[in-house]
Amino acid sequence: MSEVKKEIEFETALKKLEIIVDNLEGGDLTLEAALKQYEEGVRLADICSKRLSEAEKKVEVLMKTSGGKTKKK
Amino acid sequence: MALKYVLEKEATPAAQKALSVAEITRNIRFLLEKGFTNVWVEGEISNFKSHSSGHMYFSLKDDQAQLGCVMFQRDNHSLSFEPVDGTQVVCFGRISVYSQRGQYQLYVERMEPKGLGALQLKFKKLQQKLREEGLFDEARKRPIPYLARRIAIVTSQDGAALQDILNVLDRRFSSANILICPVPVQGAQAAPDIAAMIDQLNAESLADVMILARGGGSLEDLWAFNEESVARAIFNSQMPIISAVGHETDFTIADFVADLRAPTPSAAAELVLPRREDLLARIAELKGRAAQAFLADIPNRFQRLDEIRRSLAVLLRNQVQSKKQAAARLVGKLDVLGPLATLKRGFSVTLKLPGEGIVLSAHSAKTGDEIKTKLHDGWLKSRITEVNP
Repeated sequence: MSEVKKEIEFETALKKLEIIVDNLEGGDLTLEAALKQYEEGVRLADICSKRLSEAEKKVEVLMKTSGGKTKKK
Repeated sequence: MALKYVLEKEATPAAQKALSVAEITRNIRFLLEKGFTNVWVEGEISNFKSHSSGHMYFSLKDDQAQLGCVMFQRDNHSLSFEPVDGTQVVCFGRISVYSQRGQYQLYVERMEPKGLGALQLKFKKLQQKLREEGLFDEARKRPIPYLARRIAIVTSQDGAALQDILNVLDRRFSSANILICPVPVQGAQAAPDIAAMIDQLNAESLADVMILARGGGSLEDLWAFNEESVARAIFNSQMPIISAVGHETDFTIADFVADLRAPTPSAAAELVLPRREDLLARIAELKGRAAQAFLADIPNRFQRLDEIRRSLAVLLRNQVQSKKQAAARLVGKLDVLGPLATLKRGFSVTLKLPGEGIVLSAHSAKTGDEIKTKLHDGWLKSRITEVNP
């Protein structure tokens, strides 16, 4: 978990996508703003789908040691 | 001293009315029933008789006393074992009096072989105690995160429960890390180790959500999950905990305290992570709605544009029309005020040739001059034959 992710996380992308859909369905946007939001929405949806296909689970087993606790893959 | 006491008592016979046997028995019954409504009694079965009516009559005894018991057919038909003399049992019921024989007895509603019964008794007591303390309150239950990033599985490393959970998680989306936290799930060490594991996971903040699991087993097998230490560790956990102990029909104290109870370990895994297909469907739906919202709005925008264009055209036409009318009005005025109208009424203008200067006075012309007379529809040329100023 300490690794820094440059790319947007699935959860964040999904949440943003939901907000965008709300905005678009609200219908108060200028044409330019709506187009921008729409493009961003499509981009986020694609990111989400991509993340879903790449997601890999990392399974670790918690090991007890004399001093403290270590994790082992 | 003793004699005096007896005499004094006998001296007031009228003050105390003698009760009938039925009356005193009824009073005794009332007192007993009030004092012993829900009691658990353990002992050994003796003199067991199963009557043709289906009712069971027996005594419970230990080395110092015995207690008559009756268990009616409606209560005993679902007994999970065959009671015989010598069996150690735990009975639940109420004490009352069998008036015809002047005997008090236990009316048994439930009966379990001792080992199991004792555990159930313990279970009930702890359940009641913790409920009263508020450990089961719905209000204090923590929400399970929608997409957990770190999932701790507290269970036996060799158990089927772990495999079930991993199998389900494998079919589900997660970029989450799964942390297997091995603990013994039965035996004397189970409860303290489970409690310690829950505490440790919290202390080190090792996960976002925890699944506490064990496969099916007898009440004794599942007992660690009914221990107070485990209940308190769950209660004190900052991390949301999903309990999944035994089969769907098994309820443990841990289930009551946990933030969410899953009927089975597999179900716990399903609760903690949404299915990949469900997420894909959700994304597709959002994408569709975005397109729908955006694209559906484009014709609206065109329509609005058309409307504006149309109203602009109308506006322009109206403007032109009103300018034309204004111009016509002005021309009309001009006609009225202008010389042409005067000429039409029969007046004329005289111009002297060749310069075409306007002749305003008789003095400015003389006989023989050529003049031009302008009428409304043309002109005449003539020579002056006489001047008469």
